[in-house]
Amino acid sequence: MTDQPPTTSPRIAPRTPAAGLREVEAHGRSVTLRNLHAYYGDVHAVNGVWLEFPPNQVTAIIGPSGCGKSTLVRCINRMHEEVPGARAAGTVLLDEVDVYRDDVDVVSVRRLVGMVFQKPNPFPTMSVFDNVAAGLRLTGVRGGDLRDRVERSLRSAGLWEEVKDRLGRPGIGLSGGQQQRLCIARTLAVEPEVILMDEPCSALDPVATLKIEELIAGLRARYTIVIVTHNMQQAARVSDSTAFMLNGELVEHSPTEKLFTTPHDARTEEYVTGKFG
Amino acid sequence: MSALAPVSPRRRRTDLLARGLLAVGTLLALVPLVLVLYYVAKKGLGTWSWSFFTTDPTGNFLGSPGGIKSAILGTIEIVALATAIAVPLGIGVALYLVEYGRESRFAAVVRYFVDVMTGVPSIVFGLFIYITLILSGGVGGFAGWKGSLALALLMLPIVTRSAEVVLTLVPDSLREAALALGAPRWRVVGRIVLPTALPGLVTGSLLAIARAAGETAPLLFTSTLALATTLNLGTQMNSLPAVIFADVGQAQDRLVRVAWGAALTLVLMILVLTTLARLISRRSRFA
Ligand SMILES: Nc1ncnc2c1ncn2[C@@H]1O[C@H](COP(=O)(O)OP(=O)(O)OP(=O)(O)O)[C@@H](O)[C@H]1O
Ligand SMILES: [Mg+2]
Repeated sequence: MTDQPPTTSPRIAPRTPAAGLREVEAHGRSVTLRNLHAYYGDVHAVNGVWLEFPPNQVTAIIGPSGCGKSTLVRCINRMHEEVPGARAAGTVLLDEVDVYRDDVDVVSVRRLVGMVFQKPNPFPTMSVFDNVAAGLRLTGVRGGDLRDRVERSLRSAGLWEEVKDRLGRPGIGLSGGQQQRLCIARTLAVEPEVILMDEPCSALDPVATLKIEELIAGLRARYTIVIVTHNMQQAARVSDSTAFMLNGELVEHSPTEKLFTTPHDARTEEYVTGKFG
Repeated sequence: MSALAPVSPRRRRTDLLARGLLAVGTLLALVPLVLVLYYVAKKGLGTWSWSFFTTDPTGNFLGSPGGIKSAILGTIEIVALATAIAVPLGIGVALYLVEYGRESRFAAVVRYFVDVMTGVPSIVFGLFIYITLILSGGVGGFAGWKGSLALALLMLPIVTRSAEVVLTLVPDSLREAALALGAPRWRVVGRIVLPTALPGLVTGSLLAIARAAGETAPLLFTSTLALATTLNLGTQMNSLPAVIFADVGQAQDRLVRVAWGAALTLVLMILVLTTLARLISRRSRFA
């Protein structure tokens, strides 16, 4: 495995372009935020956040509604700039490369940083198979064993056994929980190294939620995972460390157990004990 | 006594009255519609025969007036060319408005002009083509393709407006999902937005086609009339609306009958198009 030195290659190339999902050496990249600010027009939604997401760990982001959690994660894969009038300032390092550098291709950032949304959003015109293959086709990847890659992604998302007999049926015909795992499979298929999840379980029932949480635990070996959640039990169950945000600022980032038992900051304590939010 | 009171007799009566009024109103609105269809069918059916559809008009003062073959084919050709111009252009404009222009000032100006164009009487489009392309003499006289252009101008705002509505209905979450996978914007449009909106786009286009097929005024000064069937859009061309317009005013009863037969044919063609549009929109993914 040779790392491409980022200074000579501004395009962020995947570490191991040919590596399959099963290969052990494939692992996540670290994500580092340095003095990140994000705006929607005049609204200052993220205010000077410094934060590091270590590789192969699950980091949960919690905080009251509107505190900027979604905005923060959307800055990591540069989806924030798709909102008209929105802009970001500061640095987001993927290992060593700033994804906001002028010569970095936004497409290569998004291929390395996958995203799972709050509401399952499979493509309605596509079959289960095509949904998983969509990421590859949409980014113009040709050749390779598409079938094999789709199967591996579905297996990694824990969905293969449930859909292997109906790969040709519409993706929107699945249950909500299955749809969300289909979206995870779609994200995995393009072989990212970081996965952002913005409240991935908030539209799901407890059983489907549990499945996704188990899935996250398993994915951690190969990816860096950032999960936004409103559910503090969920954060406690799935994450290694937790970041607490308030009004666009990072209040505290600690190992999950510490944050929920003996937080540094009084505001964190108030929030996790349910005094506000 | 009981919290769940029965419906009062007064509410029952009011409800009955309101329903009755609505039913009567609906029936009244249907009367003229049914009468038109009945009249056209009654007058038109009598003229229909195999030769009515397979022969061209003779133009003779005496003897058989001939059929309407050239008019049917002419309408199909003129409308087909108009569709080939207006549908891609209209969907293109709508794509610009929804995917790229959004709230920009230029997009607002385009939207305004599209709205204005929707309200322009069809005869104005005919006159416009007549003045710019026929009177000016630069590109010859009357021709089928000039009729197509006039119809395309008429269809453009209808296609654009309906396409804009369906494209806006495509959920943003799908665009976001595709962009987050690393797809460039144009691929998101081509692979996700257009396929998702396809049934609606087809429906809107079919309705615009149906509307254009029945227009008379834009054709009178552009493709005008002809007797013989022609596949050359560079010459004068016959069309169903033009035949109806020309023949219904004739003193000879046999020509007036041709007009009724042509009218029934046109009504049926448009009926088929609108039915098709309905069937496709019913299969659409957003109810
Ligand atoms: N498209 C937008 N335009 C303008 N302001 C926005 C937009 N999206 C979010 N905001 C504002 O930015 C701030 C942060 O929003 P964000 O969605 O990141 O919060 P969040 O922490 O994810 O909240 P929730 O838990 O409810 O999802 C809020 O004040 C919100 O009003
Ligand atoms: Mg959010």
